[in-house]
Amino acid sequence: MKALTLEKLFYQLITRATAVLSLVACSFITSAQENLFSLLDDDEGGPEPVTATFKGSRVILGHSVKTKAKGELEFLITHRFGRLNSGAHNLWGLDNSSVRLGLEYGISDRFNIGIGRSSFDKSFDGFLKYKAVQQMTEGAPVSVVAFTSMAIKTTPRESEDPTIEFKDRVAYTYQVIIGRKFNSNFSFQLAPTIVNRNLVNGLTQENTVFALGMGLRQKLTQSLALNLEYYYRFNEHDNSPSLNSVSIGFDIETGGHVFQLHLTNSIMTIERSFITETEDDFWDGDIHFGFNISRTFQLDK
Amino acid sequence: MKIFTLILALVWLYRPAIAQKYKSQKSTITFFSSAPVEDIDSSNDDASSAFDIETGEVVFSVPINQFEFKKNLMKEHFNEKYMETEKYPKATFAGVISGYDSSASGQQHATAKGNMTIHGVTNNISIDGTLVILGDKVTMESEFIVKLVDYEIEIPQLLWKNIAEEIEVTISFEYKKI
Repeated sequence: MKALTLEKLFYQLITRATAVLSLVACSFITSAQENLFSLLDDDEGGPEPVTATFKGSRVILGHSVKTKAKGELEFLITHRFGRLNSGAHNLWGLDNSSVRLGLEYGISDRFNIGIGRSSFDKSFDGFLKYKAVQQMTEGAPVSVVAFTSMAIKTTPRESEDPTIEFKDRVAYTYQVIIGRKFNSNFSFQLAPTIVNRNLVNGLTQENTVFALGMGLRQKLTQSLALNLEYYYRFNEHDNSPSLNSVSIGFDIETGGHVFQLHLTNSIMTIERSFITETEDDFWDGDIHFGFNISRTFQLDK
Repeated sequence: MKIFTLILALVWLYRPAIAQKYKSQKSTITFFSSAPVEDIDSSNDDASSAFDIETGEVVFSVPINQFEFKKNLMKEHFNEKYMETEKYPKATFAGVISGYDSSASGQQHATAKGNMTIHGVTNNISIDGTLVILGDKVTMESEFIVKLVDYEIEIPQLLWKNIAEEIEVTISFEYKKI
């Protein structure tokens, strides 16, 4: 009887020991899995392009460092209402509107072209945009984009003012846009800019204006971001009525669409206009509500 | 008899020492999301895996930014909005495959149990699949469902018609003995 009890005790001990050993074995398995992980050829930390610095091709009015990928066609409608402080009679600006319809296309991941037509002074515009440097997770700390656009004003018509030649209608913009995504939520860009208008009113305007654009994006939620944009002009005629362009806006993304809602003191979305011909004073309440709506189509890949 | 159990347990302890390890040579992971507005499919050939045929231990590592889509914007949204790839660059699985005979050749059924980590969230799961052992080569194939809510992947209200809440994942890995 006694022997049997001892025997039982012995086997109980063995069973427990086995259990403990199994636990030890389990920890072996864990370390064995770590060993297995070490076998994997993870190209850990290979430099990758930093994406989604800005979600739209525009921060608000001006171009961002974003370029459309190859084969992407974007249809972009930008819309600006009248001044908020224009009174109830004008439904606080909603009675007036200025629209630009545009198409942008990615010839390659880095080279984009675009055309547009604005209702405000019946301008046609076209642009070329090239991403010379792409920010990488390791390596290039910034993205650098070279941008140039040409805008042709078609008012007044030739029949109304025969003295205006074609070249007088043209304005060129040259920009270098330097942008950096500092972290998943915050991006910032600087855009030194030259705008050259062939014909200006010499009493109040300079032909060539130098400016510096600043834009930032702060992500608020996965689909919502706050954008700010400011264009500072370095030179302007002493009698110029123009002011710096100030904009604040929100990006709302839904799949292939980006909705950008904003408040700005500029009426148009082409560089010549909003950089050099903004005459409304944001701080005095001359604010326009506006939106950009874009739809991207993938034509080929 | 019980002594025999103890010996068996000890032998089992020693098994890692005589492990037969395999490493993936080729891999394909695809997923499919079917929703009212659009179907989304994507594939990734850059995942890697290692497998110990004696112990059944298996690990997988999947670089999230290597999933390719038919639209560039989908890839951008996938990485930026849903997977937060900058924060969570990889999905992993570490577990044990059981229910197969390592000495048998040909196709057999097996089950993998272990920890799947996606989007920084770990779940203990069990996945059924097939295993083919042919000499120095092993092939694994499986299809399973990933529920976005399990991995705290949020879909904005505006997009609920574009993205399914459950994603069908198909994997295929070819291993070679190392």
